[in-house]
Amino acid sequence: MTHALEKYFVPEPSIYPIFGSVALLLFGAGAVMWLHGIGPGPLVLFAGVAILVYMLFGWFGQVVRESEAGLYGKRVDKSFRWSMGWFIFSEVMFFAAFFGALFYVRVLSVPWLASGDNEALLWEGFTQAWPSAGPNPHADPFTPMGAWGIPALNTLILLTSGATLTWAHYALLRGDRARLKLGLFLTILLGVIFLGFQVYEYFHAYADLNLRLDSGIYGSTFFLLTGFHGLHVTIGAIMLTVMLFRTMAGHFQPDNHFAFEATAWYWHFVDVVWLMLFVVVYWL
Amino acid sequence: MAAVIPERLQEHHHGAHTGLMRWITTTNHKDIGTMYLIFSFVMFLAGGVMALTLRAELFQPGLQVVQPELFNQLTTLHGLVMVFGAIMPAFVGFANWMIPLMIGASDMAFARMNNWSFWLLPPAAILLIGSFFVPGGATAAGWTLYPPLSVQMGMGMDLAIFAVHIMGVSSIMGAINIVVTILNMRAPGMTMMKMPLFCWTWLITAYLLIAVMPVLAGAVTMLLTDRHFGTSFFNAAGGGDPVLYQHIFWFFGHPEVYIMILPAFGIVSQIIPTFARKPLFGYASMVYATSSIAILSFIVWAHHMFTTGMPAAGQLFFMYATMLIAVPTGVKVFNWVATMWRGSMTFETPMLFAVGFIFVFTMGGFTGLICAIAPVDIQIHDTYYVVAHFHYVLVAGSLFALFAGAYYWLPKWTGHMPDERIGKLHFWCSIVFFNVTFFPMHFLGLAGMPRRVPDYALQFADFNALATIGAFGFGLSQLIFLWAVIKCVRGGEKAAARSWESAEGLEWTVPSPAPHHTFEEAPVVR
Ligand code: HEM
Ligand SMILES: [Cu+2]
Repeated sequence: MTHALEKYFVPEPSIYPIFGSVALLLFGAGAVMWLHGIGPGPLVLFAGVAILVYMLFGWFGQVVRESEAGLYGKRVDKSFRWSMGWFIFSEVMFFAAFFGALFYVRVLSVPWLASGDNEALLWEGFTQAWPSAGPNPHADPFTPMGAWGIPALNTLILLTSGATLTWAHYALLRGDRARLKLGLFLTILLGVIFLGFQVYEYFHAYADLNLRLDSGIYGSTFFLLTGFHGLHVTIGAIMLTVMLFRTMAGHFQPDNHFAFEATAWYWHFVDVVWLMLFVVVYWL
Repeated sequence: MAAVIPERLQEHHHGAHTGLMRWITTTNHKDIGTMYLIFSFVMFLAGGVMALTLRAELFQPGLQVVQPELFNQLTTLHGLVMVFGAIMPAFVGFANWMIPLMIGASDMAFARMNNWSFWLLPPAAILLIGSFFVPGGATAAGWTLYPPLSVQMGMGMDLAIFAVHIMGVSSIMGAINIVVTILNMRAPGMTMMKMPLFCWTWLITAYLLIAVMPVLAGAVTMLLTDRHFGTSFFNAAGGGDPVLYQHIFWFFGHPEVYIMILPAFGIVSQIIPTFARKPLFGYASMVYATSSIAILSFIVWAHHMFTTGMPAAGQLFFMYATMLIAVPTGVKVFNWVATMWRGSMTFETPMLFAVGFIFVFTMGGFTGLICAIAPVDIQIHDTYYVVAHFHYVLVAGSLFALFAGAYYWLPKWTGHMPDERIGKLHFWCSIVFFNVTFFPMHFLGLAGMPRRVPDYALQFADFNALATIGAFGFGLSQLIFLWAVIKCVRGGEKAAARSWESAEGLEWTVPSPAPHHTFEEAPVVR
């Protein structure tokens, strides 16, 4: 029976996945050993990381080569689109857990701790307020992070980076390689500046504000939310850098550049997460 | 309409690794499916040994076999191993084997990633089971890992956290693979509403997995930072709340129980029509029922938390929302029964397990409804009644459906028909001993016996002894399954392409055993 369906690319057996598995095993075991002060913990962990990096290089390298060799075609392209969308959805849900925790403590648990029997019998004199380090009377006082200094600046930076990336994308669509490179470069630069500011902000928090990871629930939510976001910016910046190198190597055509688009989706997703962070972590 | 590649092409496949390397590097959905199935059975036996140790301890009041510390570790790991090691991977194994065959695809959409999804499981299992041997032993906080207990435990807890992370990565990648395969790899003419119901249920299961596994990852990450880095998510003194963990966990946990049952619904929906020799009654309503179960499963989580001091409005909301799920679940049960109505039925082993499933799973559904009644649940929460409920839905539900599916598709996998006599023996032993084990637990729970205790008051002795006898019977019965499978792999009556008389679907158009590569040219479905 004949039909127009193109053949779907199914890869050969691959050695890379098992490297990834060994890497995560070492990573997990090493982390646990490190946390419990067992000798070679850090060594095992970094061995895991090294193997993971090797695996990612090898695996993605192979995918890039296959893509450039034209093995993929439209159907695989569509699979990539679906999968990236679903992957980003899973990331949304990961952040949702932490935003949900923030919502819960601000709207429910802190007010509860400051009311009724809790206030009368357990935590006398604890009043509801946000930011809060909780009712522990021995808690170290801290100053919360303001919204209108670096965080506002960082908002501007990330929003601009979204614009430069879209600009680069239009350049790619027009086949304007020079502007594509420039746009990518600017986006990466803005991302790195953002990260630099965030590192500075963390130093500032620890050194001047006495705001630490263990500053009660405010410190917990502040650092985990912004920290995971920062991690995602880092990953996004690495992805963008790979795209820049691939552009310089002559990859991507106006009608075939999904890796670039996936990176852009990811970057915009990280952008949106930041906007929400800015509103509910820093501002309100 | 079958488009099968001639035999000589299948034998030599490219990149030819042999021996162990073949299994480590394979990108073939059938190889990977087989590995999932074997892995899950090994985990099933491991979790089973833990359960039998628990039951041995509970045979009589007093402490005879294990100390309370080890008892709690075994309870915890039994739950984690069965949920994440046995039931979930077994369903993924079925998905790997069957979905490409059912929709006429040449393989999964991302064959290499498929390999990684599987090969992440052994490392996770090593971390999890290895945690028994570290100082302080495995985590003993229960499979739900509630703080404050889980914040206090030793390094076994950290190993469990990392194991959960790795299994989560595996599940998310596996789920994305399945969603994309179903959405993008269907053969021409295989429209969504023509798809076998097993594919539909897996599509929705995969969506649930992608939605909630990251939430679990978030929850255990917070546990980790609370344990080691001084955060206060679950610490009231710092403004957090241990109950927050329960909310996050059950936001994952309730959809998770549907993750473990929806593919079972799918398997049963394939089997009943075959042996009733009638098409499935109400196909479209099955699809809609599955979807609504999935959506509703996000808004019922706090029925696990009725005793945490929730406001009455919350209790009412979660009570009614939970009961609402019984409606689509009922739709399914009625559809299966209606499919059998006036069918010309025969009761080969797969059908026995499927019919057994309907009976016993439905009882579990009813006890679920009883648990869902907030004022009642305040009495029976954390008693053996809950243990009875979830074993009715998980063992008689998920596990029986897995057995049904295994007997149903073994001919396609091995090329031989499973031995009916052994299969029937397995079924009858399983269903009898299952009920002997778990039915008395309803009474124990109603009489007030708490779960997760190694010792109990004298008045519970008789039912506990009975349950232990049943448990050992059930455990041994599972060796019959092993025997049936090994026998079927090694030989037996040759299976035809369409191994069961009126089985429908693309998977029955390829030879048995299914060749290594199928549907390299997509079939056309009309
Ligand atoms: C009609 C559908 C169902 C209803 C109304 C229902 C309701 C409930 C309720 C209210 C509880 C909490 C009891 C308590 O802890 O006090 C519960 C527990 C549980 N259910 Fe269900 N359920 C249903 C179906 C299922 C299915 C299909 C599964 C899995 C395949 C399942 C697995 C569980 C598990 C594992 C627990 C106990 C979790 C734990 O505390 O360790 N349930 N169910
Ligand atoms: Cu539930």
